Amino acid sequence: MPDRSTLLRVEHLRKVYESTNGDVEAIGDISFTMRSGELVCIVGPSGCGKTTLLKCLAGLLRPTSGLVEMDGEPVTGPSPAMAVVFQEYGRSLYPWLTVRGNVELPLRHKRLSRQERDKLVSDAIEAVGLAHAARSHPWQLSGGMQQRVAIARAIAYQPEVLIMDEPFAAVDAQTRADLEDLVRELHANRKISVLFVTHDIDESVYLGERVLVLSASPTWVQEDLTVDLPPQRDQISTRALPRFTELRTHVYDQIQRAKRGQTVAP
Amino acid sequence: MHVLSLRRPRSLRKVMLGVVGLTGFLVVWQLVPTLGLINSQYLPYVTDVFARLAEEFRDLAFWRRLGYTMTSWAIGLAVATAAAVVLGTIVGLVPFLRRATHTVVEFLRPIPSVALIPLAVLLFGIQMQAALLIIIYASFWQVFVQVIYGVADVDAVARDTARSFGLTRRERLSYLVLPTALPYLMTGVRLAAAVALILAITAEMVIGNPGLGRMIELSRSAGDAVGLYAFVVVTGLLGLVVNLVFRFIERRSLSWHQSVRGEEVL
Amino acid sequence: MTAHTVRIAQRSRGRGLGRRVAAGFLYPLGLPFLLLVIWGVASTSSTNRFFPGPLTIFEAFRETWIGPAFVDDVLPSLYRLALGIAASIVIGIAAGTLIGLFQWLRELLEPLLEFFRAIPPPVLIPVVMLLLGITDTMKVVVIVSGAVWPILLNTIDGVRATDSVMSETADSFQITWWERLRFLVLPAASPRIMTGVRQGLSVALILMVISEMFASSAGLGYRIAYFQRNYLIAEMWSGILLLGLVGVLLAATFGVVERRVLRWYHGIREVNRA
Repeated sequence: MPDRSTLLRVEHLRKVYESTNGDVEAIGDISFTMRSGELVCIVGPSGCGKTTLLKCLAGLLRPTSGLVEMDGEPVTGPSPAMAVVFQEYGRSLYPWLTVRGNVELPLRHKRLSRQERDKLVSDAIEAVGLAHAARSHPWQLSGGMQQRVAIARAIAYQPEVLIMDEPFAAVDAQTRADLEDLVRELHANRKISVLFVTHDIDESVYLGERVLVLSASPTWVQEDLTVDLPPQRDQISTRALPRFTELRTHVYDQIQRAKRGQTVAP
Repeated sequence: MHVLSLRRPRSLRKVMLGVVGLTGFLVVWQLVPTLGLINSQYLPYVTDVFARLAEEFRDLAFWRRLGYTMTSWAIGLAVATAAAVVLGTIVGLVPFLRRATHTVVEFLRPIPSVALIPLAVLLFGIQMQAALLIIIYASFWQVFVQVIYGVADVDAVARDTARSFGLTRRERLSYLVLPTALPYLMTGVRLAAAVALILAITAEMVIGNPGLGRMIELSRSAGDAVGLYAFVVVTGLLGLVVNLVFRFIERRSLSWHQSVRGEEVL
Repeated sequence: MTAHTVRIAQRSRGRGLGRRVAAGFLYPLGLPFLLLVIWGVASTSSTNRFFPGPLTIFEAFRETWIGPAFVDDVLPSLYRLALGIAASIVIGIAAGTLIGLFQWLRELLEPLLEFFRAIPPPVLIPVVMLLLGITDTMKVVVIVSGAVWPILLNTIDGVRATDSVMSETADSFQITWWERLRFLVLPAASPRIMTGVRQGLSVALILMVISEMFASSAGLGYRIAYFQRNYLIAEMWSGILLLGLVGVLLAATFGVVERRVLRWYHGIREVNRA
C-alpha cells in the first residue's frame, strides 16, 4: 500500500540493564517499521522484554543503542505523537480525579480553548461508551470500564499512534472481547494507528493487521506476519475461520520454538 | 528483568551525603556565633557544647540523672502497655464494649496529657509518681488504639476458616487473634516509647522531679547556655536510640505483614 | 451498558425502633453518663478535696471561662495555636515536597532530620526562649519547631513513594512540572501528609500548653498552673476540661477536613473492603 507513509521506524534497538552481578541484555536487536493507520500487534514469550521495548518506543526508557524514529524525527523522550495505555489501569488513572478529570489532565498544557478541550474530552468519553460515568471516580468503576477511561484519555490526547501495553491482561474474558472490539472500532472509525503489545496469541491474530513475533530474551523480531483476515472482524465468525486457526497455530508454533531457543538470530 | 543495579555505590553515596549534611550543619552552627550573627550567649559554639558533653559523660551524676529519666520512662511504658493490652483486647473482642466505650475514648484521647500536670503535682508533688501519671496517660492511648485495631483486623476468611475447622475459642485467640494483633501492638509500643520519653522529660522540666529534663530547666534559669544545648543534644540522642531500637523490634515482628498503617503520635 | 458504580449501601438493620434508639443514644452517651454519675456520687461521699464533683467543676467552668477570661486567656492561646499550626503545615508541606522530590537533598538531610525528629519537642522551649526572649513570637515558634517535624517527614515519605506507573503516565503525556505537582505528587502524598498533620496537631497543642506554663503571664496553660499553685481545685479541673474540649474540637475539625480532602482515599478503601 504505497499511500501509507512510514510512521514509526525502529532500527537495531538494543537495551542492556546494568547491574552489579552482570549486565542483563533485555533487547538484543529489534528492527521494524510501522505505517500510518496500521494496527500492529507484538507477541512474544513471557519475559522477552515486551514492556521494555514499549517503554523505549514511548520515550520512557533510553535505549542502549539503536534508533527509534517517529515521523522521521528521532524519539528522545515522551512525545505528543504517542499516547500509552498501561496494563495497570488502577495505577495509571489518578483516583483523586473523576473520569472526566483524568481524560482532561493531559490536555491542560495543550494550547486549546476551553470549548475545544471540553469537546475533545466529551467526545473521547462518548467514543468509549462512558458518557454516563463521566463524573464518577475511576475506583467506582469495574476494571474493564477503568481501562476504557485510560483509552479515552489516550485518544483525547490526539496522538498519531496509540501504544498499548497488554492493556486487557487484567480483565475478565467477556470484558476483554468487548474491549478488543472497541480497539478495532476506534482503529476503523478514527483511523488511529495502534501498536498493541500482548502475550495472548489469539488476541494478536484477532486484532492485528500485522503480528510481530518476538524471540526469547535477548530479543529480536523472529517473524513479521501479515494477518490476511477480512478487515471487518467479529468475535464469533472471525475466530471460527479456518484461516484464523491456521494463523494462530502458526504464531503458537513460533512462540514455542522461541521459548525452546530453536531459532537463530538474523 | 530486575533493575537492582548500583546498590552498593548508591548506599555509599548515601552515607557520604549524610555525613556531609551532618558536618555542614555543625560547621554552620559553629560559624553563626563566630561571625556574630547570634551572640554566643544565646547560641554557644558547637565546640563548647561538645566539650561540655564529653565532660558530662565522665560525670557519674549525669548518668544518675539519665537513670532517673529512663526509670520513669520504663516503668511508665511497661504499665501503660500492660494495661492497654488487657483492656484493648477485651474491648476489641466484645462488639458491645467497643460501641459503648467509643465516645469516652474519643473524648479522653485528644486531651493533651500535659493538661494533667497540675493534677499530678497536686496529688504527688515532685515525686516520680507525678511524672508516671502523665507518662502512662499519654502512652496508654497509643497502645490501646492499636490493640483495638489489631484485634478487629482479623481477616474474615481466616476467621471463617478457623470456625469451619472447629477451632476452640482459646485456639482461635492464640493462633488467629494474637498473630494478627501482634504487629499492631508493636507499632503501638514503638509510638508509646517515643511518647513516654517526651513526657518523662517534659514532666521533669515542668514538675521538677530529678532527671535530664530538670537539668535543662536548671541550665536555662542559671543562664548556662552551653549546658542547656548539651542537654538538648543528649535528649535528641536518647530519642534517636529509643526510635531505632523500637523500630528494629517492630520490623522484626512485622516481617510477614505487608500492610503499612498510619501512625499517630501523642 | 449499565453503570457499574459501586454504591456502599448502608446495611439496613430491619430491627425495631427500640434497638435503633439504643444504638443512636445509649451507645454513644450511656457510658459517659454513667461515669459522670459514678464520679458525682463518689465525690459527695469522699473527703478527698482534689476530686470535686462534676457539678462543682461545671459551675467553676462557667464562672472561670465564660466572661473576660475567654478574651484574655483563651482566645490569645487559640490564636497562637492556630498560627503555629498553619505555619507548620505550610512549612512542612513545602519543605517536605522539595526534599522528597530530590534524592540527593533527601540523602544529605536524612541524618539531621532523623535527629531533629527524635528531640522531645518540649526541650526546644528553653532554647527558643533563649534565642527569642519571652514573647508571643517565641510561643508560635515553639509550636512550629515541634509540630513541623511529623508533617515534614510524612510529606517526604509520601512524595517519595509516588507510584511508578502514575509517574510514567505523567511522563508519557508530557505533563508540565506544575501540573505534575498539583495533580499527581501532592494528591498522591495527601494521605501521608494528613497523617503528619494529625500528629502535628497533638504536638502543637502540647507545646501551646507547656510554653504557657513555662513562660507566660496569661493564656490557658498559665491559668491552669496558676489555679493549681493557689489550690483552686475546681477551677483547675475546669481548665483541664477546657483543654480537653480544645483537643476534642481540634480532632473533630481535623476529621471533617480529612474526610473532605481524602474522600477518594476512603472511597477506595471501602470499595476494597466491600
